[in-house]
Amino acid sequence: MNFADMLITILNGTIIFSTPLILAALGGVINERSGVVNIGLEGLMTVGAFAAAVITIWTGETLGLPGWLAPYLGIIAAMIVGMIFAVPHAVASIDLKADQVVSGVALNIFAAGVAMFLVKKLFEGAGQTTTVQNVFTKVNIPFLSDIPIIGPGLLKIYPTSYLAFILVAVIYWMLFKTPFGLRLRAVGEHPRAADTLGVSVRKVRYIAVILSGGLAGIGGGTLSIAISSNFQHSTVSGHGFMALAAMIFGKWHPVGAMGAALFFGLATALAVSGQVLGLTQYVPSEFLNALPYLLTILALAGVVGRAEAPAASGKPYEKGSR
Amino acid sequence: MISSMQTSRWNAILIPVLAVILGLIVGGLLMLLMGYNPIVGYSSVFQGIFGNMYFMGETLRAVTPLIFAGLAVAFAFRTGLFNIGVEGQFIIGQLAAAWVGAFWTLPTGLHAAVAILVAMIASGLYGGFAGWLKARLGVHEVITTIMLNYVALFAANWTIRTYLIGASERSKDILPSASLQAQWLSDLFEGARINWGLLLALIFALVCYWLLMKTTTGYELRAVGFNPHAAEYAGMNVSKNIFLSMLISGALAGIGGATDVLGVNGNMAISAGFTGIGFDGIAVALIGNNNPFGVIFGALLFGGLSFGADNMQRVEGIPTESIQIVISMVIYFVAAASVVNWLLGKFRRRQGVSQK
Repeated sequence: MNFADMLITILNGTIIFSTPLILAALGGVINERSGVVNIGLEGLMTVGAFAAAVITIWTGETLGLPGWLAPYLGIIAAMIVGMIFAVPHAVASIDLKADQVVSGVALNIFAAGVAMFLVKKLFEGAGQTTTVQNVFTKVNIPFLSDIPIIGPGLLKIYPTSYLAFILVAVIYWMLFKTPFGLRLRAVGEHPRAADTLGVSVRKVRYIAVILSGGLAGIGGGTLSIAISSNFQHSTVSGHGFMALAAMIFGKWHPVGAMGAALFFGLATALAVSGQVLGLTQYVPSEFLNALPYLLTILALAGVVGRAEAPAASGKPYEKGSR
Repeated sequence: MISSMQTSRWNAILIPVLAVILGLIVGGLLMLLMGYNPIVGYSSVFQGIFGNMYFMGETLRAVTPLIFAGLAVAFAFRTGLFNIGVEGQFIIGQLAAAWVGAFWTLPTGLHAAVAILVAMIASGLYGGFAGWLKARLGVHEVITTIMLNYVALFAANWTIRTYLIGASERSKDILPSASLQAQWLSDLFEGARINWGLLLALIFALVCYWLLMKTTTGYELRAVGFNPHAAEYAGMNVSKNIFLSMLISGALAGIGGATDVLGVNGNMAISAGFTGIGFDGIAVALIGNNNPFGVIFGALLFGGLSFGADNMQRVEGIPTESIQIVISMVIYFVAAASVVNWLLGKFRRRQGVSQK
């Protein structure tokens, strides 16, 4: 394998493996910027991955809709289901003034339980869905895909990866350039001040938590119908927590979170393609697998330093309290 | 004043109990909705826990590591730290015990004690490392502990494969001198793998309670958890307490891992994924309201229901996940305790008024 091919493999892998993390971390950013902690990203990704696989199978294989359309319907379903599952967390965190970490943990267990329960129910007791036939395929853009290295490395990717990068820009714009974004950040930093100025803390936080559910759902969907082609108990395995880490690593900023997710993606790509690239003859594969996590710790300890969460993150807001 | 303290103490017991009842009701409704009979389902869970001595012994075997994991999570929580890394610390404990148990030669009894001690130290330092990163460099413990989980998993796999390998992807079996199993105990429970680890778990729950509630160190740890700024103002060393809390939390997780190797499996397997016990510990601690005795209750509930669920799926064909959903509901209701509290408060006030 020559150097150009190696570079292409690594670049492409970086984009693909970072996509679910970017999406879920964006959800985390919106969520925590509004002052609600969401440990439940993992669970939201799980139901998203489940819904995407099942709806893609149902629409493409059972209903016989066109094969290109089915995965898009799957992703939309993942988003909607993610939003629905975020609602109990929103109710608990915002109206019931519950401990948000506890509620998030409950959400993770609940979501994994519901998804696997339904898999067993729908697929006659099997531990996984059948293989999804109409998964996303990498897009081939005429001319652009022919650019050496960058074309096959960075541009020949799944549509969901394009979606992730577009959403980074959209959410950056929303958070920092629109009145709603200003309100959302105000509610997360100083809810009492926002309330005084007539912003409904409750409404803004509900919107943020539900949006976050949608994004994490899409992120989960990319795992089951782009990166792999079925849903089982290990499909999500820890991606939600990695997204959480990416969010903190990226200092609660959409672009920062994307950067952190790309970094994890790069490290994962190195680990996964270590065998192909011939790295395993120099270092044990376990070391390559542990590398992303070791590098993150080093980066956080040495370079990034203190991370400050939004001031009101994790604190329920009670009207009139001081 | 006294009566309000009594009320809060009552609520500490009442809320989890109500949460369990509500959780079981919601789970039952779900089973009904999916076309299963919840009474049949729950009674097969009950059978799977209490049906015979073997099931009871195996349930207690499953509960043992959960007590340690729950204690570890709860201990860190009390200092305001969220230790998601119990999973990794548990793995380090397993690894240390597997190494000492198989490769050191010591007299019976002492061997097990030394193996547990080494596991405690190794896992304590592993957890303490995350605490040090937080105290010294301000790195968020949630990220570092998540990352250290993966590092522990891969490091353990590599160590077993390179240095400890026995038969078929497992570490060499521990020597009988390091075993925590007791023949009479196993016989009593019809061959279940219940072992001395359970007794250790109960002892350490007591130790945790004593340490947190009855010593100056514990007072400082809790003060830092309540309000680090106030604690610092009062002259406490916040950094030291953060490190100490993670050190103890990690050590507790490590003993759990050690009892798993020395008491149950006798070796450690190379594993593609996590044991899940560390993550379950979070749920256990939350059900137990981060109180050491609450953790025992949480572990019995969590471990019992999860173990009994296998019987339900085997006998009645109802997926084990329905019990997982029940557990999540219990945690949700514990989290939303303010509602239960509020209801109880209203109820009490009305009673009080009518008595006057």
